[in-house]
Amino acid sequence: MTDLALLIFQLLLPVALAPLLTGLVRRIKARLLGRRGPALVQPYRDLARLFRKEPVLAFNASWLFRGAPYVSFAVVWLAMAAIPTFATTPSLGLGLDLIAIAGLLGLARILVALAGMDVGTSFGGIGASREMTIGALAEPAMLVAIIALALVAKSTALPDLSKAMSEGVGLRVSLALALGAMVMVAIAETGRIPVDNPATHLELTMVHEAMVLEYSGRHLALIELGAMLKLTLYLSLIGCIFAPWGIARDAGMTALAAGAGAWLAKLAAGGLALALFETVIAKMRVFRYPEFLGAALLFAILGVVFLYISQHLK
Amino acid sequence: MSDVDQWTLIGVAQATFVGLAVGGCMTNRRPVLIVPLYALAALTCVVALVAALGTLLAPDADVVTRRVLPVGLPDIKSHLRLDGLAAVFLVIVNLGGIAAAVYGIGYDAHTTEPARVLAPFPLFLAGMNLVPLADDAFTFLVGWELMSLASWLLVLTGHEQADNRRAALVYLTMAAFGALALLMAFGALAGAGGGYTFDAMRRSTPSAAIATLAAFALLLGAGSKAGLAPLHVWLPLAHPAAPSHVSALMSGAMTKVALYALARGLLELAGTPQWWWGGLLAVIGGLTAALGALQSLTQNDSKTLLAYSTIENIGVITAALGLAIAFKASGQRLEAGLALTAALFHALNHGLFKSLLFLGAGAVLHSTGTRELDRLGGLIHRLRWTAPLVLIGCLAISAVPPLNGFASEWLVFQSVLDATGLGHWELKFAAPVIGALLALAAALAAAGFVRFFGIAFLGRPRDAVAANAHEVTPAMLAAMAGLAALCLAFGAWPGVPLEPLGRAAGMMVDPSGAAGRLFVGQGDGRTAWLAIAPHGDLTAVYSGMVAALGLAALTGIAVGVTSMASRTPARRAPAWDCGFPEPNPATQYTASSAGQPLRRIFGGPALAARDRVEMPPAGDLRPATFASAMRDPAWHYLFDPLIALVSRTTERLNALQFLAIRVYLSLMFAALIGLLVVVAVTR
Repeated sequence: MTDLALLIFQLLLPVALAPLLTGLVRRIKARLLGRRGPALVQPYRDLARLFRKEPVLAFNASWLFRGAPYVSFAVVWLAMAAIPTFATTPSLGLGLDLIAIAGLLGLARILVALAGMDVGTSFGGIGASREMTIGALAEPAMLVAIIALALVAKSTALPDLSKAMSEGVGLRVSLALALGAMVMVAIAETGRIPVDNPATHLELTMVHEAMVLEYSGRHLALIELGAMLKLTLYLSLIGCIFAPWGIARDAGMTALAAGAGAWLAKLAAGGLALALFETVIAKMRVFRYPEFLGAALLFAILGVVFLYISQHLK
Repeated sequence: MSDVDQWTLIGVAQATFVGLAVGGCMTNRRPVLIVPLYALAALTCVVALVAALGTLLAPDADVVTRRVLPVGLPDIKSHLRLDGLAAVFLVIVNLGGIAAAVYGIGYDAHTTEPARVLAPFPLFLAGMNLVPLADDAFTFLVGWELMSLASWLLVLTGHEQADNRRAALVYLTMAAFGALALLMAFGALAGAGGGYTFDAMRRSTPSAAIATLAAFALLLGAGSKAGLAPLHVWLPLAHPAAPSHVSALMSGAMTKVALYALARGLLELAGTPQWWWGGLLAVIGGLTAALGALQSLTQNDSKTLLAYSTIENIGVITAALGLAIAFKASGQRLEAGLALTAALFHALNHGLFKSLLFLGAGAVLHSTGTRELDRLGGLIHRLRWTAPLVLIGCLAISAVPPLNGFASEWLVFQSVLDATGLGHWELKFAAPVIGALLALAAALAAAGFVRFFGIAFLGRPRDAVAANAHEVTPAMLAAMAGLAALCLAFGAWPGVPLEPLGRAAGMMVDPSGAAGRLFVGQGDGRTAWLAIAPHGDLTAVYSGMVAALGLAALTGIAVGVTSMASRTPARRAPAWDCGFPEPNPATQYTASSAGQPLRRIFGGPALAARDRVEMPPAGDLRPATFASAMRDPAWHYLFDPLIALVSRTTERLNALQFLAIRVYLSLMFAALIGLLVVVAVTR
């Protein structure tokens, strides 16, 4: 019974908190720029407004266009549920490992990209084509980073990974390199500066926003919520691997409360770091993505090589 | 099922194929025969499938049955042998055969000369069914050549077009080269004693040099048939030229038969495998995968892009096969079994989804008359049933959960992770590179199939042929639906096919059979059909069930909650497009523009891709033009120079045709003297 309750909590809590995280990042960015910024709960208000509004569909929008927001949201949600946020025990992470999470995020990307091409506007096409390009550049780096982590943990399942990383792995250059690769991939995949700009309204610089330009009403609300959830997902993922402290390993109340507190603190810290990073860096042009994500791949490969060497010297 | 039954079934199936070929010759005069012939071909494939499944699903792993037929060369006869590995490939061949034949019932009714397809089609199936069964070099090569020649005839179906004739010529040349290489390999392995049966080759222990020579010849022969870079050049020409259901068979089944030859030869026949064969094969596989996926992304012809994507998947399978050989050579049998299982599972899955996609491309061709992506668009509204089926194929080949393509790529990646533990430093360092190449290939494939589906099926029609397209016949839909259902089922329950595949793979890497049962789904409390756990419960587990059911449940919740929270019905309106919707469908993204970023990033260095835009100055009324050019490095660096060398040499040698008789006589005399000198020196 407690397991079921925990599972439901693990499913619902990230969805409930994702808009708050986005609100926090926006708020901190606004403060850093000297503005007062919107209230922390503004994303909730935006979503509620979108749910109330009438959705408008283009005349030639197909079933794929209408279905993609629901399915892509569910895909990100499932991936999120596989990540140990505040407790490891009743986790889908036992059936969906890190590679499966990367695959699920790929599915979400494909669905939204297809929906972007459905109406037949050039903005949808440009967004879809660039989004898939970013995916193609990010996935090798992600996979090699997974190899580096699996070398340490002997597993790609996140509960095992998180456990192994919390048990005296120590500070290692190789893991720092893997962390760097993961962070760069996360920035690219969540559409943050310098790869994409979530706040842009200039068509030619948009990637994700250009794909979903035709969406409105509840469909747009689901897409937006899915994007917020994806940000929460990547921060939780990096948190549970590289800062595996405080995750509850039993169902005791104190452990769970501590786990939840630690998770919230990690999210807040991640949001702060993201806001700082986005404020000090400029958006790069499209054809510099390969350099950015190529560096991520290089970091990951170097991480693997260093791990080999350290294993050899042991 | 007793083994007598299996061999009877196989005998009946092969005899029926030959009979069907004879019947196929008469279809030009009697077109009524077309439908019964295809139906009978499908039934025959079912019979062969049942025979193969009987061996594959037998509970004891080492079920091997043999037959010796009194035909063939006088001193060796024809040896046939059915074991787990052969059965796996027979299943792949006959699943594809059933789908292609059922599809043919609806597809081919309108062609002018049906005998051009129906006569070689059953022979092609017979050849592909014979190769895995062969247990001596002679029978093997007979089956191999039957397969090659029948498919060559099928490529020539559209012989009126010069492109198809060129494709057939290139294909025939490569097939001849491949068969020659295989002949050399078998010759080297048979040795001076001439032990041409595979049993004799298994028993003999060739020296390292001979074994390596044979392995290279096998790699050339089987690799050229499978489409490994740089010997892949014929594949994107020949596969699209054939009728679509034959393309499906060539890509889905024939390339797998070639991989069967590679697996059988390198793991069993060529003595003890050496670790660097495996490493080399894995690197070639990774490079082939990335190159194939990249080239698939740059093609504007629906069937050509599918053919390039076949090259990609062959690369993935070969990489896993290479890892299996490296593990076996290093004595790690469990890991070798896992890698080989991954290769077999991906071969099976690719057979399913690539057949599905080729049949889908055939449906588009059938209903619009074109293969050019840039003339299509909006077919999702016209081909209401074909579109979701092709979408399933696109998602499966893009390796995303919960479909079958992901399950097998996941296993391949687990093998790559295992490879980091290999003893040789070269292999250790190659492992992350192979992993990165395979991940790149998977992501490029995803981009390529978003482009394929998005341009052909989504958006607005770019041409009248797409606007007036019609749904295809029920038989064609049934073939696609069957393949799509298998893609979904194997994705949700990967443990079901993996159990017998794992057993067959275990027998190949460890004939004692001890390792065969260990690596799939043996964790405590988890049964095989729920989740795949490559090393028991020690490391990661992938559960297709969790992915499929979780996705279905969460989608249901999302739809339910949203429909409760937001009840306003959707309104239809013109597209928004930032306020300036352009009615001309030519303003949509095209096949070239959708691939442009990746073509520019990777195509520049790898394919020498160049985009040229000519924009006339302001005030000039000429239209702007765009041209995109690229070249295949294999043609540029290998085949074009080779062809040039051959033509130059033949031109020189041509002079020999016009000599006087005394010159010929003196040439012969000189040759005789030369040979005598050689004999005198060497004795």
